[in-house]
Amino acid sequence: MSAEFKIALAGNPNAGKTTLFNAITGARQHVGNYPGVTVEKKEGIYECDGKRLKIVDLPGTYSLAAYSVEEIVARNFLLQERPRVVINIVDAANLERNLYLSTQLFEIGVPVIIALNMMDVAKERGIAIDCRKLSELLSLPVVPIVARKGEGVDELMRQTARLAAQEREWQPANISYGDDMDEIILTMEEKIKASAFLTDRYHPRWIALKLLEADSQLREAGLQANKDLYEELANKVKKISSHTKRTLETTPEAVIADYRYGYIKSILMQGVISHQYDVNRLYTSDKIDKILTQRFIGPLIMIGVLFGLYQFTFGLSALPMAWVADFFDLLAQGVNHLMADGPLKSLLISGIIAGVGGVLSFVPLIMLMFMGLAFLEDSGYLARVAFMLDRIFRIFGLHGNSVMAYIVSGGIAGGCAVPGVMATRTLRSPRERMATLLTAPFMNCGAKLPILALLIGTFFAKYQAGFMLFLTLLAWVTALLTAKLLRLTILKGDSTPFIMEMPPYRFPTFKGLMIHTWEKTWHYIQKAGTVILGISILMWVIMSYPALPAHQRQALEQQRQEIIKTTNGSAEHRQELLSRLDRKKAELKLKNSVAGYLGRGLEHVSRLAGFNWRTNIALIGGVAAKEVIVSTLATAYSMGDKAGSNKASLARTLTRSPGWTPIVSLSLIVFVMFYSPCFITVVCISKEAGSWRWGAFSILFNTTLAFVMAVVIYQGGKLMGFG
Amino acid sequence: MSKILMRQMAKNQSGTITAVKVGGELGRRIREMGIVPGTIITVQGRAPLNDPVALRVMGGTLTLRNNEADHIEIEVED
Repeated sequence: MSAEFKIALAGNPNAGKTTLFNAITGARQHVGNYPGVTVEKKEGIYECDGKRLKIVDLPGTYSLAAYSVEEIVARNFLLQERPRVVINIVDAANLERNLYLSTQLFEIGVPVIIALNMMDVAKERGIAIDCRKLSELLSLPVVPIVARKGEGVDELMRQTARLAAQEREWQPANISYGDDMDEIILTMEEKIKASAFLTDRYHPRWIALKLLEADSQLREAGLQANKDLYEELANKVKKISSHTKRTLETTPEAVIADYRYGYIKSILMQGVISHQYDVNRLYTSDKIDKILTQRFIGPLIMIGVLFGLYQFTFGLSALPMAWVADFFDLLAQGVNHLMADGPLKSLLISGIIAGVGGVLSFVPLIMLMFMGLAFLEDSGYLARVAFMLDRIFRIFGLHGNSVMAYIVSGGIAGGCAVPGVMATRTLRSPRERMATLLTAPFMNCGAKLPILALLIGTFFAKYQAGFMLFLTLLAWVTALLTAKLLRLTILKGDSTPFIMEMPPYRFPTFKGLMIHTWEKTWHYIQKAGTVILGISILMWVIMSYPALPAHQRQALEQQRQEIIKTTNGSAEHRQELLSRLDRKKAELKLKNSVAGYLGRGLEHVSRLAGFNWRTNIALIGGVAAKEVIVSTLATAYSMGDKAGSNKASLARTLTRSPGWTPIVSLSLIVFVMFYSPCFITVVCISKEAGSWRWGAFSILFNTTLAFVMAVVIYQGGKLMGFG
Repeated sequence: MSKILMRQMAKNQSGTITAVKVGGELGRRIREMGIVPGTIITVQGRAPLNDPVALRVMGGTLTLRNNEADHIEIEVED
């Protein structure tokens, strides 16, 4: 058994961290979550010179402040798990800014090795970096690499393994923050050492530094460990704060940040870096930006790209999705032939095959969505979308990138909320992300379209074309206004600062796209699969039990025999009568089931919006999957569930049925659009939000909102005489 | 030489940061991206609706909103 060392991989977003991680570990990765948060944790093994290196990919951050979840996760991992070495990936073309995170690693004192990435880009830009000089000045190994091409990665890992084998004490770097700060750090350090204040976990100098930076995590830990000493230290901080406020109009925290950059500059100026051209010269990427973010052409191109993403995802996935559906149809038919009628067969076909098929039929869609989105993100275009749309989406408390989730969910009618909710992963601002993923299901997904089309075609045939556009706009308005409402109430808080890097345009690597897509898709199959199967079985039970009472069954059987015996007309006529009886039986069974009881019980309430018990059953079925609404409605109206083939006759039945008017239909359209997301979406919301409570919230909140809207339309319509 | 707020800068105008007058999370985010006193910046452009603004800093491009740029003082040549 060789020795195993824990190694952390840290770096800024856009520094090429994921590319390097893929280059080091290949496809042998394990993806999980950091405990208690939805931040992804990737691990992989690298073997070198008889040593096993366990590489943990830390979330990409610009610093180790304790503000965002990513920063807290990265920092806690370093301080609690104490990796042997941190590989700090640094963008050579952006050295000065990237070293800011490095200085904070030096302050913690963990042994660091610097992977100087994108040396090719730097060279192209006329930036020459003296790696040996940098290594000398920082007293740590610096290895030049090009992660995309795998250049220098072996050397990096050899040096990492060598460094990991040496057992080294953590020693914080001695960076100067100016005379005032240095002095107070020293006195605080003495006090901390003397009473062993938190020193079992952190280095005294680092504790002093963090207290000066008003770090919230340290404050809590300090108050718990030794309240008196904490107060004493906090007083010192307060004193120096008022001093810096008076003399420099600033805070110790700001002074420290300024000195960190000063330290970086002082190192780089000692001949580490030399520029062949003007530093702020415009590169190819900036020239592309002159067009892609241009005031008029930019938004037009963006609409084109978003539409392209939509076409790519839904256009290409249609065929494979049909294959998956066909396969499960075939499977159901096979079971239908092989097994005798009975509850087990019904469970297999309507519960299990339908459930698993439902989950798996989304797989092609999700794969393509993640591929398209990863392409936009890795290429750098997503940052431009956020840049151009920020002004509009900020009004509603959202982020420019919320647009992706909305469009994929059905912002262009026909999308799907499942990949849409997952698309919110690109949002790094927590409150904006929550508001987006809770409102994305309001969009008109492909599964809502059949019922919407049926109702529009039946009751508003004259306005058909314009009506769908109107419903699309209505979905956007409702989603945006609800997002605003959420951001003013339960997701209250300032908007997350927008300060963002616009990375240079790059062509994504094929390997990176594939690994990313496969990982996300597999995650979906694993997580959704298990839960959905259970829910699907539950829905089957609700729709089929309790069975018809014996006397009703007998009566139906008797009628059947009579038809066979007495009808003396053509065989066709007899067949017609028999299938009418079958449809009647299906209706009675549904009416008698738990769903039927619920539907009838809810009629007292649902009448306010104009819905009868048959509609209620269909809506209950729709919670399992919106596609089911039309077929359940058909069954409830004794039409059989093959509504696809006789939509026209269902439309006829509806227009003839008492209680169905255009205003009822409008009320139902609005209710279907906005009520509870389907279960697969609810499962995804819960996973993405990190708690089942949010899933439950979206069921209750959306249904309430939709019901209120439906009641207003129905009652308002009646008052105005449209009833 | 005169001091103005970043919001007032024109496209392609350059200047040196003299002060970042905000604390808390926003202040920290601004500083960690290299927007600290002494850094030279150039306004590269603005979004279609004039907000946010794109800056050239240390050879890279950053974006921030106008109301965030209001905390940043710049010394520019007249």
